[in-house]
Amino acid sequence: MTDTNSAAATGKLPAAPRALRATASALVSLALTFIGLTAITFVIGRVMPADPVLAVVGDRASEEAYQRVFLEMGLDRPIWEQYLTYLGQILTGDFGTSIMTTRPVTEDILRFFPATLELATLATLIGCVIGIPLGVWAAVNQGRWIDHCARVLGLAGYSAPVFWLGMLGLLIFYGNLGWVAGPGRIDIYYDGLVEDPTGVILFDAAWHGEWEIFWNAFSHLILPAGVLGLYALAYIARMTRSFMLDQLGQEYVLAARIKGASEFSVIWRHAFRNVLVQLITIIGLTYASLLEGSVLTETVFAWPGIGQYITTSLFNADMNAVLGGTVVVGICFVGINMLSDLLYRFADPRART
Amino acid sequence: MNFLSRLAVTGLAAAILAGPALAPAPAYAAPPADTFVMAKDVSDIITLDPAEVFEFSGGEIIAQIYDRLMWFEPEDMATLVCGVCETYTVSEDGKSITFTMREGMTFESGNPVTAEDVVYSLRRVVKLNKTPSFIITQFGWTPENVDELVRVEDGAAVITITEDFSPALVLNALSAGVASIVDMKTVEEHATDGDMGYAWLKNHSAGSGPFKLQTWKANELVSMTANEDFRSGAPGVKRVIVRHVAEPGAQRLLIEKGDIDVARDLTPDMVAALESNDDVTVQTDAKAAVIYMAFNQSDEILSNPKVAEAIRYLVDYRGMADTFLKGQFKVHQAAWPEGMWAAYNETPYALDIEKAKALLAEAGYPDGFEIHMDTLNQSPYPEIAQALQGTLAQAGIKVEISTAEGKTLWPMYRARKHQLILAQWSPDYTDPHSNLDAFAHNPDNSPEAKLTGVLAWRNAWMDEDMNAMVVAARNETDTAKREALYHDIQAKLMHEGPYAILFQQTEQAVMRAEVEGFVSGPTFDLIYYRTVSK
Amino acid sequence: MSAAADPQGAGLRAWLRSPSPASTWQARAQRAYLGWVAFRANPIAMAGLLIVVALVLAAIFAPLLTGSRGLDPDLPNRLLPPSAEHWLGTDQLGRDIYDRLIWGSRVTLYIVGLVSIIVAPIGLAVGTLAGYAGGWVDTVLMRIVDIFLAFPRLILALAFVAALGPGLENAVLAIALTTWSPYARIARAEVLTIRKADYIVAAEAQGASTWRILRKHVVPLCLASVIVRLTLDMAGIILTAAGLGFLGLGAQPPLPEWGAMISTGRDFLYDQWWVPTAPGAAIFLVSLGFCLLGDGLRDVLDPRSGEA
Repeated sequence: MTDTNSAAATGKLPAAPRALRATASALVSLALTFIGLTAITFVIGRVMPADPVLAVVGDRASEEAYQRVFLEMGLDRPIWEQYLTYLGQILTGDFGTSIMTTRPVTEDILRFFPATLELATLATLIGCVIGIPLGVWAAVNQGRWIDHCARVLGLAGYSAPVFWLGMLGLLIFYGNLGWVAGPGRIDIYYDGLVEDPTGVILFDAAWHGEWEIFWNAFSHLILPAGVLGLYALAYIARMTRSFMLDQLGQEYVLAARIKGASEFSVIWRHAFRNVLVQLITIIGLTYASLLEGSVLTETVFAWPGIGQYITTSLFNADMNAVLGGTVVVGICFVGINMLSDLLYRFADPRART
Repeated sequence: MNFLSRLAVTGLAAAILAGPALAPAPAYAAPPADTFVMAKDVSDIITLDPAEVFEFSGGEIIAQIYDRLMWFEPEDMATLVCGVCETYTVSEDGKSITFTMREGMTFESGNPVTAEDVVYSLRRVVKLNKTPSFIITQFGWTPENVDELVRVEDGAAVITITEDFSPALVLNALSAGVASIVDMKTVEEHATDGDMGYAWLKNHSAGSGPFKLQTWKANELVSMTANEDFRSGAPGVKRVIVRHVAEPGAQRLLIEKGDIDVARDLTPDMVAALESNDDVTVQTDAKAAVIYMAFNQSDEILSNPKVAEAIRYLVDYRGMADTFLKGQFKVHQAAWPEGMWAAYNETPYALDIEKAKALLAEAGYPDGFEIHMDTLNQSPYPEIAQALQGTLAQAGIKVEISTAEGKTLWPMYRARKHQLILAQWSPDYTDPHSNLDAFAHNPDNSPEAKLTGVLAWRNAWMDEDMNAMVVAARNETDTAKREALYHDIQAKLMHEGPYAILFQQTEQAVMRAEVEGFVSGPTFDLIYYRTVSK
Repeated sequence: MSAAADPQGAGLRAWLRSPSPASTWQARAQRAYLGWVAFRANPIAMAGLLIVVALVLAAIFAPLLTGSRGLDPDLPNRLLPPSAEHWLGTDQLGRDIYDRLIWGSRVTLYIVGLVSIIVAPIGLAVGTLAGYAGGWVDTVLMRIVDIFLAFPRLILALAFVAALGPGLENAVLAIALTTWSPYARIARAEVLTIRKADYIVAAEAQGASTWRILRKHVVPLCLASVIVRLTLDMAGIILTAAGLGFLGLGAQPPLPEWGAMISTGRDFLYDQWWVPTAPGAAIFLVSLGFCLLGDGLRDVLDPRSGEA
């Protein structure tokens, strides 16, 4: 899903202005996406049957209390006016206050996003470390049973409902075998023991040399990351295989073989290098979609991540939180795609010419 | 399919094995002995300001942080006693109560607890005028007159009411969360723009209760530390952590593994399965919450009293209470729960399809009708709704079920847009007026009145006789007479009201065997962490 | 798969294999036949087809395959383990899980069918229009597509359902609204590659209307890749629907939607494992079936994609 649009539009310009134009177009695209995201979310928030006023006053509130909060929240004004006010607010960096947590949304996101970041990063790593070799291996053995097994395994990872896998995983690896720790990010009595400048517990604990806490957090993380990693693995292995087959059919591979290069060298030195370039986009995409926060995995593992934050806020009609969360996640998505696009162009000689 | 599920598990194992194989065995440790860890769904907490808290979990937390004007001691939860007050005296006319203060109590800041704080706390509730303020504003207090009606005289706090309420009811209401005593000096130090500390107190504490708030991270945890100087002695543990775990399944695993000390939201079937486990004990406590079905009287079919009566006979009360609700709900058909003062425990209704059919025929619906039922989407509501759907169908009533989150359900209920609704009600304080005012008393049934907090209004039901009975019982000063009046009200409501009251909750808390002294009373905030030790 | 039935008789086979087709009809039939031969040679794809066919058959013959519709509670018989009488046991309200699974296949098919019917035409229309028209139309349409792509998918679906109210139809609509955007991208990319092809230019020169060119020449070419993508996406659609059901926003009780069955059954995993396991396995099997089928179809229909 690379941005073929801008590539096509800028194909004939000289190098320097082209880069400038690409940057400008990227920024415009980012801004438009941002406005679209907020507008859609905003409208949804206002037409929802869940009532944000009741989220504040509770279901037994008197009509008088209800009306007062209704006016306080500015819900009597036309929706476009509310939206413009909100946009103005965000541009000054103020996402408003969450009803549910009573804290500024920015503060909440800084608390919940690192949890998702941790999960998504490890899951993507697992996906890459296992998925890429699996894909290459399958491609090299195309049509043999190894290939079939790898394909089915890959598709299986994609086909199982994550929440179901997560529950089974918890039951087996935590409940029965006791190999990993249970739901949550960390054993509760460790909570708050390390200063958390980044909020990524693994990083903070390692930074302070608190290895006990590090391993505790890791043993909580590995299972949900494994479940999500399986999903990442499925996609990455599949795409690796496909790219690899494509490369193995190219003339230069044939040429290398004729020159007497070893099979290992043909696969890893020649073909794989080109595959890697294409994989950047795929890995970026996987990472971005995992960063959106897997609501379901986070629910099953009581993981206080951004997906769960947005979802519970949505159920509670806490629209500032939903909007803030969606904007951050959306920008992450677009940002990572742009970054992988950039990397792709940088790494692939053909894309540069 | 067994094979495939095993295949899936194997695949999962293959993917994950790589991880732990590299890591050293994770260090497991049960919670330290001085820390009490509880797993509970606490997603409903949206504030910890006692003037605003109206949610179950929030109510439970502020009961640990703040001492109240009146209170129940864990040893005897049926007797209302003084909290921060030493004694109280009711004036001759029953309109004024004077509270003298205990000596030597301090807030967590070190400030002494005085009558000034009591008066400030009550005035603050009235002036902030948040949802639960009605519990005390019903005495006739308004932001304008409260400074005069609630005041300090000779070092004692004096309150005067303008309505004709029974003093017993007033004292009872002063044991609710809104009667929590906050530290005036600390709160005012944190006030911004004259908000009486409203913004600050949402997630900070300024109380004199057995615990003080350390942190509240919404949807993650509430952590509290002991107040060693609490008036009845230091709590049994140094630290309490209430951990938000929404999934009962996850709570189950955590308690079995010993990672937590108590699990509060296990399903009846899980509890039954854990009963043979020697590492845990199950503590059962009666709760005051009732599950009821309401019939909107602005609906033509449901406004027919015979239809309502027929539906009450189409509920398999026993069948549900003995199976999927077993241990956590018992059959109860009156609006004020069993075990409370003035409870009415008759259960005249049972599943009787033939009788219901006859009633429906009399009502003019021999072949039944189609109807919509709304309910919450968490267990056990969808299950109860489906069981009701099954039995109602036997008399020809076809029920279509919609389930939704509370935030989606309540706006509809408050706007009278439902037909049948299956919901829960829990009293705000331990006087029967709390429930019967909501279930039976509707002073103005017009749509414009918007008495949206009142169940009778929501169901468009008004009965002049009933209104008079509720007011009479509210004002009666003789305890025995008052109790008789409440029995009459409940009996009448049971047969004539727009409700089928189905069940009363009993809570099953599953705790590690070494945990002792967890006390859980009938209402959602009569829960004591301070007596816990392990 | 117009030639899904095994060709019968030598005459038909010869007709299908004739090196010089006599009509366009015969040429098309031949192409389909060759596709089928290639498809049949792929055991994985055949397994996928088998699973999907089994799903369809289960949906069609549900009344014959089951003893009840699995809707009525039977409280005394709740949570029975799998046995000869209840092949997959009973659930928390005493309903036969096997019956509910079989009837639930209708719900699953309904969801994937309806989503495809909504998504494919919208995606195709937007994508081909954008690609063919170019200019500002392209820019505007692709911006909209980008916005939908940037949305967290399940969260957008959740938000739509929250706005529309819970229910199966609304869940379908919400899933469709979050699924259509990649199709527009695919269609557009396809169009861009053929946009300047000689036969399109020729058709334009003959004075064919834009609409006609789109309909006759552009859309059919995109169709193959859209169908492939759709089959591969079926798993995603089923899983999203299950996710919504899991969060209590999809099908309403007592409808036996598999995701909702896992959701209400998940509290029983530890003591009555069969309650959530059976629907989980069903979802897994069916999504896998669609994935395998889609993979096989791609090999046949869309050889350019590289996975030969």
